[in-house]
Amino acid sequence: MINLSLLTPEIIVLITALIVLILDLLPWRGRKVLLATVGVLGTVGALLITMGQWDLREEAFYGMVAIDNFSVYFKALFLIICTLTILLSINYITRGGIDLGEYYSLVLLATFGYMFMASGTDLITIFLALEILSLAVYILAGFMRHSPKSNESAFKYFLLGAFSSAFLLYGIANIYGVVGNTNLKDIAQYLSQEAALKNPLFLAGMGLLLVGFGFKVAIVPFHMWTPDVYEGSPTTVTAFMAVGTKAASFAAFLRVFFYTLEPLKGQWVPVLWLLAAVTIIFGNTVAIYQKNIKRMLAYSAIAHAGYILVAMVAGNDLGSSSILYYLLVYSLMNLGAFGVVIIVEKKEEENLTISDYRGLAYKHPMLSAAMSLFLLSLAGIPPTGGFVGKFYIFSAAVSGGYVGLAIIGVLGSAIALYYYLRIIVYMYMYDPEKEFLDGPVPFFSAAALVITAIGTILLGITPARILELAHYSISYLGH
Amino acid sequence: MVLVKIIIILGVILLVVAYLTYLERKVIAHLQVRIGPMRVGWHGLLQPIADGLKLLVKEDIIPEKADKWVFILSPIICLVPAFVVYAVIPFSQHFYLANINIGILYIISISALGVYGIVLAGWSSNSKYALLGGFRSAAQMISYEIFLGFSIIGPLMLAGSLNTLKIVEAQSGVWFIIYQPLAFALYLIAGIAETNRIPFDLPEAETELVAGFHTEYSGMKFAFFFLAEYANMMVVSSMAVILFLGGWKGPFLPGIVWFAIKVGAFLFLFIWLRGTLPRYRYDQLMRIGWKIMFPLCLLNIALTGIIYYLFL
Amino acid sequence: MHQIFFWGFALLAVFSALMVITRRNVVHSALFLISTFFWVAAIYILLEAELLAAIQILVYAGAIMVLIVFTILLIHVEETKIINPWQRQRPIAILLGVFLLGEIFLILSRALFPESIAGTALQQVAQEGNTEAVGKLLYTKYLFPFEVASILLLAAMIGAIVMAKREIEK
Repeated sequence: MINLSLLTPEIIVLITALIVLILDLLPWRGRKVLLATVGVLGTVGALLITMGQWDLREEAFYGMVAIDNFSVYFKALFLIICTLTILLSINYITRGGIDLGEYYSLVLLATFGYMFMASGTDLITIFLALEILSLAVYILAGFMRHSPKSNESAFKYFLLGAFSSAFLLYGIANIYGVVGNTNLKDIAQYLSQEAALKNPLFLAGMGLLLVGFGFKVAIVPFHMWTPDVYEGSPTTVTAFMAVGTKAASFAAFLRVFFYTLEPLKGQWVPVLWLLAAVTIIFGNTVAIYQKNIKRMLAYSAIAHAGYILVAMVAGNDLGSSSILYYLLVYSLMNLGAFGVVIIVEKKEEENLTISDYRGLAYKHPMLSAAMSLFLLSLAGIPPTGGFVGKFYIFSAAVSGGYVGLAIIGVLGSAIALYYYLRIIVYMYMYDPEKEFLDGPVPFFSAAALVITAIGTILLGITPARILELAHYSISYLGH
Repeated sequence: MVLVKIIIILGVILLVVAYLTYLERKVIAHLQVRIGPMRVGWHGLLQPIADGLKLLVKEDIIPEKADKWVFILSPIICLVPAFVVYAVIPFSQHFYLANINIGILYIISISALGVYGIVLAGWSSNSKYALLGGFRSAAQMISYEIFLGFSIIGPLMLAGSLNTLKIVEAQSGVWFIIYQPLAFALYLIAGIAETNRIPFDLPEAETELVAGFHTEYSGMKFAFFFLAEYANMMVVSSMAVILFLGGWKGPFLPGIVWFAIKVGAFLFLFIWLRGTLPRYRYDQLMRIGWKIMFPLCLLNIALTGIIYYLFL
Repeated sequence: MHQIFFWGFALLAVFSALMVITRRNVVHSALFLISTFFWVAAIYILLEAELLAAIQILVYAGAIMVLIVFTILLIHVEETKIINPWQRQRPIAILLGVFLLGEIFLILSRALFPESIAGTALQQVAQEGNTEAVGKLLYTKYLFPFEVASILLLAAMIGAIVMAKREIEK
């Protein structure tokens, strides 16, 4: 059973990546915008086809890939992220002097990897997808070859990423050793035996998987790479990996742990409980002390991974659907916040500290309003999507009986309020000292901001529809 | 029994290799209208033995700044793979050491290790000429190994096996050289480059690099490199015979004789080329490899696959 | 007989691996790494997985390590400069290492391995041979990973080209 046609969206993304590579050979000065346009068209086309796959529930390639609602939801999310990243990048990479055609190609290839992270139903598929996306993002992180920081970032990411892949692979090997198969379905079947649940080799494998995924979604104590890598990478790439890689890793994380390792819940829930608590407290506390806005957003990204873990611990109906909901909101608001950083940032790393935002509101009121919206949403203030997401997560935790964790989460959010509001204070309460932008806000970046802003508000006002979709996505996992 | 076979095979090969040096000198001499070695024995027939004795008793010099262990190890690394691969070469229908399923893969993977001997010899000598020779040879051997591997996929597809005996049996009717002329040509070129023979002998281009990677070697260690080179020539020839020329098969004469005749013809071709062709430049070598041979190899595989699927 | 060979190969593999990380000269480390691959390949042969053994030598010892050795020689980093990479963490590192090793032993000694796996694989190999069995699996059940791996290589290739490309001229 190969069913190649089910993979049409992925194939479109891949072919777009290759077309972009070839089009870059055109001897034409304006070709870079053409490349971006082709990239956006490809992802949007793939997005439309992906949406048509809702409720399909099929398998392809002998059970290696599943086209279920879960993967459709995530694939749509990744394609949106990819489109927005390309829109934000057009102007930025020209300014930064890194407008090679390979940039878009690698973004598309990474998206290709993301998509299989969500749809892979075999540990081998998931591992390969993870490697594809990691390799593409390692290169993207080091794309500014003249900047030592970018080099440092790529190198750190590569070394630690390879290290974490080894953990994941070792975990897979352990599980293969006791089950004799890497397919998630077969592993689930193996776990239906009573004796299997106590097999120490299997448990060790599960632990190693947890470490591997933990690295990729950046939860404490596997977060060490995050601030440096986020700070050094080109900001568009930071945005892309802060949302894309995180969401993709969570997709695979959820499929493996919620579906396959469900019978072992008693073993992994306490561990995740602890990780979630540490991640929320640590991420939010350290974010306060950051002067660089990219580093601050990096620590905030760590904290947000902690909130999602809270929902994973809760594990009930509301909890699992709120994860998917929250990942969508998180992607939109984080991309938006990074979008503003991208627009304000100048060459030679100027305008990247938080105090540089002094008086932005008096020069660019719309931009500041958008930034405030995204920051308020990240902090979880109504009527934004971030508030609704957090509300669902914490109420899921309470109804699941994890009141302690919910309290830690709320306290964490309260701390977070401080460092998010600080930027708003800088933007509105001080007088501007300089010109921020060399020209008007670039069109494509503005378009991306408008899309993310509308999304963030809409998700805050009418969450029911998306939550229902999220519910249908995750409750059919594996059926 | 197996041990006796091993001793016989090793002895014969060593002898053949020794006389190959004699043959090379004689043939090239005659190609260039000279007469070659004449002093030791009748028409110089005992020359290889005299050479061997000389190399054995010569002073063995290890340069002061050399990495001693690696310096000593390199000739061994070079020689051992060249001889170990004979384990799976069927000299006739019944005379072979091991009949394993992955014979050809075994030959390729073991002979791929010879490059370490060369590159490490170049490095451990701590001499510029040797190092440059080692680098050149590593780049050349890695590149041409790929083409060597790719060029034999065609015949392997026809044979449907990696087993050397089965490959020869599959050529009972028609030799694969008829079906796979392109693959044969590619294999031959890659094989010559793989053994660092003229016109691809850049690693030891004496005008630029003195003697390449073995500049600093003397005595028996030097002899090892020499033996390895000739043993590798025989391996490449034997593989060509097995893959393209029907191995031991042939009318009237016993199999082992046919095998020897075919291998001998290849060895003569190697020497003939050395007497005839000039050396390529380094960039030419790489261009031929990657821009001409590699696409042709892929084309051959694709064509073989299509034709096999449609007609056989 | 099998047991003796296995322990011999295994000990040699572990010894070589230890030498890889303790040698100060990078070229020596690389050589020991090659030898590690060899002994592991020998263990594959004991397990009657001769195709895997050949590929292990061809790919790791014959291709990847050649490139690594080549790179080491090109960029001249033969001697590692750092005298003590441990700083003051050595006791903690040793303690953790011993602890982890003990844990691995404990886990392995209590692990339950299903007996059926090894049996089925060997049966299949006995029926049609190593190469055929692997080939069939690669082109049926594992077709997808097999093909996707090529995209992984494509991404790596693009990356290598980007990193090696000259700077854009202004």
